Amino acid sequence: MSQLNATKVEKYRNHFLREVEANVEEGHWVKMCMQCGVCSGSCPLGPYWEHPPQEIFMMIRAGKREEVLKSSSMWFCTSCYNCIARCPRELPITHIMHGLAHYAKRLGLAPQNQATPKFAQYFWDNLYNGGGRVNELKLGLSLYFMNGLVEGIKTALKMRKIGQGMYFSKRMNPFEIFGGHSCKDSQGLKAALNKAREIEEAKAAQFKG
Amino acid sequence: MVKQYSFYPGCSSQKLASSYNQLRSTQSICEVLGIQLNEIPDWNCCSASIGYAGGGELPRLTLSARNLALSEKEHPGQDFIATCAACWLSSREANDRLNENQQLKTEANEALKEANLTFKGEKKVRHMVEVLIEDIGYEEMAKHVKKPLKGLKIAGYVGCQTNRPFGIAGESFENPVYLDKMIATLGAEPVENYDKKVSCCGGALMFSEPEKSQALVKDIIQAAYDGGADMIVTPCPVCQMNTEVYQEHINQKYGTKFNLPSVYYSTLMSVAYGKTAKESALDGQIIKAKKLEEIAAK
Repeated sequence: MSQLNATKVEKYRNHFLREVEANVEEGHWVKMCMQCGVCSGSCPLGPYWEHPPQEIFMMIRAGKREEVLKSSSMWFCTSCYNCIARCPRELPITHIMHGLAHYAKRLGLAPQNQATPKFAQYFWDNLYNGGGRVNELKLGLSLYFMNGLVEGIKTALKMRKIGQGMYFSKRMNPFEIFGGHSCKDSQGLKAALNKAREIEEAKAAQFKG
Repeated sequence: MVKQYSFYPGCSSQKLASSYNQLRSTQSICEVLGIQLNEIPDWNCCSASIGYAGGGELPRLTLSARNLALSEKEHPGQDFIATCAACWLSSREANDRLNENQQLKTEANEALKEANLTFKGEKKVRHMVEVLIEDIGYEEMAKHVKKPLKGLKIAGYVGCQTNRPFGIAGESFENPVYLDKMIATLGAEPVENYDKKVSCCGGALMFSEPEKSQALVKDIIQAAYDGGADMIVTPCPVCQMNTEVYQEHINQKYGTKFNLPSVYYSTLMSVAYGKTAKESALDGQIIKAKKLEEIAAK
């Protein structure tokens, strides 16, 4: 491409697209979307997305930063990978949605009252603080009590029979409440994760628009 | 000759965790088939497909890179095997992406240095089903059948993450047939044209969006009944749990009368191989698989 042409093309690339390309997982693929909509039609929770994936891609290209990052949409991704399998342009859509969701959360823009952003954060905190392995009992309970004590007790009662079923089928250990499985080198793991985060955030800080 | 593999069990397969029954039945069939699963020492969680709120790309890749590095160090020359769909997907994704992107690989190794480990990218990451199909083969799997599962009709529910984005070599995303072939190998009859075979059960969103996810599961179970199934069989821990434990809630909400067992392929194989109900982890069912119990008791 000639220099002149490159400059002209650059003019049509807005800042948010560049930000997504620089800071969001697999974000460099966003420009490849051809708006066919197969992803949206293939999504099991598609009807609940305020902006289905192909719309999100176009909004990124249109520079709608707030609307995209504050959207509840990406948080309806069930990680079924249907969109990836079917995308004619082979965009890694699931990963881009996870990337956008993470980026929104990191910037403090993710919806406050939606359950999935909370649950997804609990999951990470559970493994990060729990010695590198998920404590299923504590994860479940943190979810039940996500909206306060009263709601939590109601949910726990509703889930009681399932809990008993899990216990009697040897698939739940009530003593996990006192701690459970974890890595021996949980310190090393935590240090590695902290380092990875530091590297990623340093890279993101380099983006100046 | 016993075949050796470097095994990543994952959080849900641990003792008394939600898919402990999958681990138990897998061990039972491995014994029959001459497969030795060597557990990767000190493995960690892969963050599944829901850890992304708190974990960015590099921290999540680092999680899997640590498991792969441990496997490279402790079990050189052995393929990296997972039974859990999410564990397999995360590990394979990380292995591929780090091997394709030198910068990410360098960064992941910079992080891993904190744990005195190095990811080289030498491993082949495989699903247990691949071991069975490719290394053992349908013919050999059939040879060990002592109690053919005659008269049983089974809906082979492959689900999402064992099927996409990687899937099993030679299979299609829209209609993979390996699970049906495995069912037939054991003497049972697979439900033909089970149209929810690769539909999503909601995955981890069963926890955060239960009503929306239960609506998906309702259709998966209804389609199995419509096909005349006695039970559902699946390779995935999340699929198994989601299709089994919420049936009563679904019945309450939709007025259905579901009571359909959902078992792992490993439980099914174990029973056909003549193992006891306990060895096959039939006690791990919340909805009892009575027909399998009867066969196991014979």
